[in-house]
Amino acid sequence: MVVAGFLIGTLIICVGLFLNRNTLVNYLLLAAYLVLLWFLGIHEYLNLNMVELKFFKPDSLGILMLMAMCVVSVPAFYHGYRYIATHEETPRSRGIFFAAMVLLISACGMAYISNHIAVTWIFVEITTLSASALIYHHRNIRALEGVWKYVFICAISITFIYVGILFLGLSLEQAGVNDMSFDSLYANIDKMNPFWLKLAFLFIFTGFTAKLGLVPMYTAGIDAKDTAPAPAGALFASVLMNLGFVGIFRIYALITHTPLKHWANTIIIIAAILSVFVATVYMARIKNIKRTFAYSGVEHMGLVMLGLASGGIGVYAAILHVVLHTFVKPGLFFQYNQIYRVYKSNSIYDVGNYFKYNKAGAIVVLLGFISATGMPPSGLFVSEFLIFQSLFEAHNIALLFVVLILLTMIIYGFGSNMFKLLFTPPITINEKNIPKISPWESLSQYLLLAMAVYLAYCPPTLFVSLINDAANLIH
Amino acid sequence: MTDILLIALAMSLLYMSIANRLYTYLRILVFQGFLLFGTTFLTLTEINTVNLLLILLETVVFKAVAVPWFLSYIIKRNGITRVAEPYLPYFVSLIIVTVIIVATIILASSIQEVNLDKTFFVVALSTLFTGLYLIVSRKKIISHVIGYLVIENGVFILSLAVGNEMPMMVNLGIMLDIFASVLILGIFFNKIGDIIKDPDVNLLSNLKD
Repeated sequence: MVVAGFLIGTLIICVGLFLNRNTLVNYLLLAAYLVLLWFLGIHEYLNLNMVELKFFKPDSLGILMLMAMCVVSVPAFYHGYRYIATHEETPRSRGIFFAAMVLLISACGMAYISNHIAVTWIFVEITTLSASALIYHHRNIRALEGVWKYVFICAISITFIYVGILFLGLSLEQAGVNDMSFDSLYANIDKMNPFWLKLAFLFIFTGFTAKLGLVPMYTAGIDAKDTAPAPAGALFASVLMNLGFVGIFRIYALITHTPLKHWANTIIIIAAILSVFVATVYMARIKNIKRTFAYSGVEHMGLVMLGLASGGIGVYAAILHVVLHTFVKPGLFFQYNQIYRVYKSNSIYDVGNYFKYNKAGAIVVLLGFISATGMPPSGLFVSEFLIFQSLFEAHNIALLFVVLILLTMIIYGFGSNMFKLLFTPPITINEKNIPKISPWESLSQYLLLAMAVYLAYCPPTLFVSLINDAANLIH
Repeated sequence: MTDILLIALAMSLLYMSIANRLYTYLRILVFQGFLLFGTTFLTLTEINTVNLLLILLETVVFKAVAVPWFLSYIIKRNGITRVAEPYLPYFVSLIIVTVIIVATIILASSIQEVNLDKTFFVVALSTLFTGLYLIVSRKKIISHVIGYLVIENGVFILSLAVGNEMPMMVNLGIMLDIFASVLILGIFFNKIGDIIKDPDVNLLSNLKD
């Protein structure tokens, strides 16, 4: 009932945002949406594992991602509002921007808690639609190129997921069932045809890598985060990546109940290690701040997948890592707009001495860098450490060694860019034109980074039990 | 009868590999749309009016009429040169598509599965891979869209091979997919046409590291 209400509410608010031209009404609608979203989050948590509307069943993983999304969407709307205010947008482009954001968040939320693979697929399709509206926000040739590539790659990846679902259907046919909800898939997993299951896994995994940001389809996400406005980029780097994670996690959890588990692990490890490698190569030479953040996401998702494939404590660590990454990466993306307002450029060659121009923001960048590279006391340190531990326990010592070397190189590449931004004086800058930026605009970033630290070092029992419950899906 | 239709579809792929004018591609798409309708009509055993209407909408109205018409409108509007401009000679393309078809036949014959109609499987997979090949081997952005549509046709046949058991909702889903993707591909393609006339993929290569 609540899910249906949420869907209808989202639709009404989207149409309202799109049609409305009044600033006050616009923000009231956004506030109403946030209330609705939080209401959904809390309601779903209270009704854990209850089937709603036939196709939705909030399990622990879905709840974790949904709650993380509720937290991130508040600052996302706030920074969206700051972004619009500083860019002199027309009411029309503002309406499209916020309507697309609302649609993206709702579609991700629904996909997290959906209990039917085809329903997940439909919502993934909707995220592509709404994301393309966000990427095209600037309406220039770069945005056009970004959106073209994103739409094209996502369309193909969505087709792959569909083909995967068809193969899953073939595999299920042998069991004599045609209900494709995850519950029914788990119940009939022993009777499913392994050959088609294998093919289904390959296609669905490849399809979801476009959303997760993993090799082979990671390129779409990078261009999207680069060309979209930073608040939207923050959503792509957190909630949309989580959607890819949820998709892969569910199909992988299914496979782990069959003898195909080791084969699937090999596939995932190959994709993961290639992702970390690709991230390393680009991080070492990249000169665009936003793309640096985006490639850092590719690296983290590679690590998450390594944890997932190693099993044991790695599964717990992978879920923890995804949740913490949801808080850390948006912090950096939200900060990006302030950097851009100071330097009017996203190239590392034009920036520098950020501490002098915006102290509060510079500390966010520094802390964000420490968090995103997983150095203590960052929250991601805990989960990365656990992932390394799981690799060690799974006797993947050589792999662990390679990953550690690659990560060191990433820290070097990331660090040299960030320290250039923070400390080296810029070559040419007209200090008169630098706007004064209120330190309060950085508050939400501090809170997000602090939240990641808190959840990693003294996690509430509730949080731990939810992760454990989700990790138990993996056999 | 379905076999004949499917084989005709596979032959249209071979023709596509050597076609050099964009309008020829569109005509092949129209042809494929009608073939798909015929195949669906003959395959589905229990057919009711709603289902029939849906399939008619999906194949004839959408795949065979609306989309090719929209693409030809775009070609005219943007004054796109009417040659596909492949990277490879047509002869090589023909060989590659033939290899794709032969490889899928070999692959299909190695599968031991009673539930599966092999002809469907072979044609579906070879259409899918031919679509991918068309995308990577042609310079023009519009031929990428055409390649994508060929992939969609392949997926459609694949869903027929599995089809009888699939829930209605997934059927609706694929319609949403086609609708949405073609719509946005088309709209953005139109936008690209506003900025660059006769667009070529090389013009969209500013986003890189």
